[in-house]
Amino acid sequence: MINWANFISQVFNGLALGALLALISSGLTIIYGTLGVLNLAHGAMFMLGGYAGFVAYQATGSYIVAVAAGSLALLVLGILMERVIIRHFYGRPHEDQLLVTFGLSICFVELVRFFFGSESRNVAPPGPLSGVVSLGFAIYPTYRVALMGIVAVALVVLFLVLYRTRLGMIVRAGIEDAVMVDSLGIDVYRVFMVVFGIGAMAAGFAGIVNAPVVSLTPEVGEAILVQTFVVVVIGGVGSFPGAVLGGLIAGEIISITSMINPGYAYVMLFAAMTLVLMLRPHGLLGTPGRE
Amino acid sequence: MSNSKQSPTRRDFMRLGLGAAGGLAMSGGFIPRVFAADQPPIGTWPAGMSGNSVFIGIAVPRTGTYAVQGEDELKGWQLAVEHLNSGHPLMQKISPRTKKGVLGKEVKYGVADSAAKPNDAVQAEQRFITENKAVLMTGSTSSAVAVALNKLAQREKVLYVTGISGSNDTTGKDCVRYGFRQNFYGQTAAAAIGPVIVKAYGKNKKVAYLTPDYTYGHTVTKSCQDYLATAGWSTVTNQVAPLGAPDYSSYLLNVANSGADVLINVNWGHDAVLSTQQAQRFGILDKMKLVIPYQIPFLAPEVGNNLTAGVYAATDFWWTLEDKFPLAKMFVDEFRKKFGYNPEWGANNAYMSFAMWADAVENAGTFYPPDVIKSFEAGRKLQSTVGEVYIRKEDHQCVRPVIIVQGKKQSEMKNKEDFWNVLEIVPGEGLMQKPDAFGCKLGDYT
Repeated sequence: MINWANFISQVFNGLALGALLALISSGLTIIYGTLGVLNLAHGAMFMLGGYAGFVAYQATGSYIVAVAAGSLALLVLGILMERVIIRHFYGRPHEDQLLVTFGLSICFVELVRFFFGSESRNVAPPGPLSGVVSLGFAIYPTYRVALMGIVAVALVVLFLVLYRTRLGMIVRAGIEDAVMVDSLGIDVYRVFMVVFGIGAMAAGFAGIVNAPVVSLTPEVGEAILVQTFVVVVIGGVGSFPGAVLGGLIAGEIISITSMINPGYAYVMLFAAMTLVLMLRPHGLLGTPGRE
Repeated sequence: MSNSKQSPTRRDFMRLGLGAAGGLAMSGGFIPRVFAADQPPIGTWPAGMSGNSVFIGIAVPRTGTYAVQGEDELKGWQLAVEHLNSGHPLMQKISPRTKKGVLGKEVKYGVADSAAKPNDAVQAEQRFITENKAVLMTGSTSSAVAVALNKLAQREKVLYVTGISGSNDTTGKDCVRYGFRQNFYGQTAAAAIGPVIVKAYGKNKKVAYLTPDYTYGHTVTKSCQDYLATAGWSTVTNQVAPLGAPDYSSYLLNVANSGADVLINVNWGHDAVLSTQQAQRFGILDKMKLVIPYQIPFLAPEVGNNLTAGVYAATDFWWTLEDKFPLAKMFVDEFRKKFGYNPEWGANNAYMSFAMWADAVENAGTFYPPDVIKSFEAGRKLQSTVGEVYIRKEDHQCVRPVIIVQGKKQSEMKNKEDFWNVLEIVPGEGLMQKPDAFGCKLGDYT
């Protein structure tokens, strides 16, 4: 299906896919960059955000309430996770961190399956955003176009928090050297809690705004988690701008490759990651020494 | 002469003896047992049948893309085991020699989650063989799993009846002596639904395919392409996506830009739900007719009947067949009574596959695998929930009808589970390829 109309459609679709990947990945990369914890439960948290929003949507029928509920529920869950479990693992080997977050993800997925079953659940887009819109080069779901804007706003807010606030300054300093921040008298562990909460909220927000695009199942976070890790590796571990760039690159790779040979869309994503690891192990915008 | 009448001669003795032996052999139950007892151990035989019970290993997806369908299948197997152990009349109608249990032994089973992954399924079944001495394996809602378990069955010399498996390869190039399939598959699905959609939509149409990237998807799409080419239908795009793809937008844009008249969605499980929903959101279903060559249990309630209304699909069983087949009615009633909903075709396939195994064992009179296989291969006609069926000895594929259904509109539904209207029951004989057409070589008995 190689023609100009399809090419432009796929480039546009790549941006839409990439924006969402960027949002999910930013939460993962902030947590890893600051806390040094590779959170394998991030996909499950993405899924939980979707289900929390779904419950709110069922109760109120309001998309706005659903988005707020999905985000806040994960903010609270993230803080609880950090206080009760994660903080005990800061000083432990990465293997332990991987195991505990992997275990948590299994618990989250199976809890959701227990209460909601494996059947898919749908959250409808808000009325004005349902249907399709003609972009000239393609017919595209209105909600997906709107989603690009929603995600862009969310990324800008995250950027402002990280780069224009005192909290953000501490977080970025924590990413560079947590021991030094601690020795300056800043309660770095309180910052860690907030960071984990923000990262979880980003995953929850992404989960619920993505719910009208994909139907929710307990496994909805698993496939996305793998892609998210690829995005973080391509962009650079711990780098917020890297997550955005990596997300957009990943979206474009999937979309454009599918135009040439759909069977290789995801293969090419991993090929790109391999290439980055070979040529620039710390990622496109990452800092050497953090790979 | 008179002496010979009064006292039996050696010749009379031999005649009587051979006659009696021949008579017992004709009765079908005795000789195999004698032969089996003389055989060296094979697979889990005789260890697996030495106690009062026999064990079946079930590896079924309870998580992942095919979890919903896997749970339905599991219920079918559970009902079958219950009916085998109680000697239920439905089971006896399919397997007339069944009394209680199988050859008088209680049937027990273990369940493992395969997540529709071949490795997980093989590991689970290997454990059932080693630890529980399983005499039968089942499972699969993915043909990749069915093919892997076929190979395990042949290697371990333990019988395997497939769960849902739609690939031509399962009883084609990857067939084995120790594996058997009850349900329909790509070739029969395409041959059954092809004439229906050509009649409905006309000749020389352009088709877009959504194909999952493994043996099921490739063979079902190929069979549809081959059949529809005879009516001048051409493939304008074939979008191959991995199992469990999180998003279909890039594939669907290619479909939207392809100029196709018909979208044939071969995806399955949640992949089918997601791709169908997203096709509608991209406006594709307003422009193209949707066809589902291999019906996905629970698709209609998950995507909503506004998307399946008018859609043609081929399937193995639909619960309203209870109006046409007495055994279907018995099965649907029993299933509904136990589980509270009408069974999907995965559950029916599961039930039937156990019933057919029980019939083969009862007729063999032994669990000795080579004799059970020969019993399967004897070509006995069985009464099933869709009429008379039998196993074709050359490839171990059940010869059975394919059911063509069309989605109902909301206004046509008589109750909340009345999603499909049965249009045709296409006899199996005319749908099947020649036994060797897909390269089946069954392998050895021992």
